[in-house]
Amino acid sequence: MGIFRMPSLGADMEAGVLVEWLKQPGDAVARGDIVAVVETQKGAIEVETFEAGVIERLLVTPGTSVPVGTPLALLTGAGESVVLPSPEPQPSAPPAPPMRAPAPLPSPPPVTTATVPPPASPAARRLATERGIALTAVTGSGPGGAVLLADVERAAAMPSASPQPRGLDVVQMRRAIAAAMARSNQEIPHYYLSTTVALAKANAWLAAHNTERPPEQRLLLAALQLKAVALALRRLPEFNGSCIDGTFRPAEGIHIGTAVAIRGGGLVAPAIHDTDRLAVDEVMACLRDLVARARSGRLRSSELQDPTITVTSLGDRGVEGVFGVIYPPQVAIVGFGKPVERPWVVDGQVVPCPVMTATLAADHRVSDGHRGALLLAEIDRLLQEPESL
Amino acid sequence: MTPDDVRHVVLEELSNIAPEADLALLDPAADLREALDIDSMDHLNFVTALHNRLGIAIPEVDYPRLTTLDGAVAYLMADPAIAAKAGIA
Repeated sequence: MGIFRMPSLGADMEAGVLVEWLKQPGDAVARGDIVAVVETQKGAIEVETFEAGVIERLLVTPGTSVPVGTPLALLTGAGESVVLPSPEPQPSAPPAPPMRAPAPLPSPPPVTTATVPPPASPAARRLATERGIALTAVTGSGPGGAVLLADVERAAAMPSASPQPRGLDVVQMRRAIAAAMARSNQEIPHYYLSTTVALAKANAWLAAHNTERPPEQRLLLAALQLKAVALALRRLPEFNGSCIDGTFRPAEGIHIGTAVAIRGGGLVAPAIHDTDRLAVDEVMACLRDLVARARSGRLRSSELQDPTITVTSLGDRGVEGVFGVIYPPQVAIVGFGKPVERPWVVDGQVVPCPVMTATLAADHRVSDGHRGALLLAEIDRLLQEPESL
Repeated sequence: MTPDDVRHVVLEELSNIAPEADLALLDPAADLREALDIDSMDHLNFVTALHNRLGIAIPEVDYPRLTTLDGAVAYLMADPAIAAKAGIA
């Protein structure tokens, strides 16, 4: 018997709204399957199960806001007999109506402005996700207003159905960021380091790599930055992990939280799992996918729960340096500024050279400036050998 | 395709990237990255979309020619493949 609970999707989350069940009683689930969609300050999050089994019973109705940790559903293992524990915080919540027989939507959540999507067929939902179309923006022609595949196809064909950030509440997100950052500044004794990294080799390698490739296979500097940080962390594991109540636990994997700016304001830093084990092309594919889903408000729970460090990259606009605030309980954040052309000395000659500022903000409870300097130096060294990344 | 057709395609793809922007107010000579707050990932998605819709290679060295709306339309119209589509458009 397993219990599928409202997950904590970050230090700042206290409650979430269950918006949709993607599995129904009787459905078998494997570890990592997406079971439900939960509305949070970071958008609509697809929540995965950690346990395999069969969905026995759904305990919470879509539209309900419940605290982190609340049981949402019961799972049994194959062949296991059903023993229902007394459902704690939701004693009166009836099982959710199955999506296959759409019923009138439950009353809107009492404490949030979350948008409850209409019932939709799985094919319709899949296409809408692919095209970045909010189900709430589609007029359903199915029973009870359910959105069918044809409805989504029609919406996708309309130029006006451009993707709108779905379920992203900028005010809520700002509050969440403020809470996490205030806690960070109160609890974490930050120290800051900065260095300048020459980019001539990385840029030349990228240009050569991209020249023969169609746009969807091209790389951005960000992919090299992420891979370099990931490999550097293998040598300096004290920057990769969590510090809870003053005790540091190094993480088993290197899951880099990648800061993504949300259009119109806000920020989220979902994980690229096992960044160190991915080829640069795979890092780039993950990054593209993650940015798109972060902006349309459709991340997965593991992507928000698993980051072991954060990287923030300012891209080719903006300013030259960024000194990050650590996202607790992480212990470090690496920042990359805008690449700029500067006079640089190579073999005794001053030459124009593309450079960028790399920074580290790290937790003094866990590491000190000497080790931090080694981390930045290792990142620099790796970026001078882009072919080895 | 006529320049107006190409402009329509470019504007549609820009609106997919910056859905909140009112493109009717876009200065055709303005730097798109500044005017629409487009980052390097957005720009790559823009180039990818134009490539997929129009079948034009758009190598990286040509990115500077896509800096403005007018520039992008002129660049795309200069491609023989686009000119050849004039008959069908």
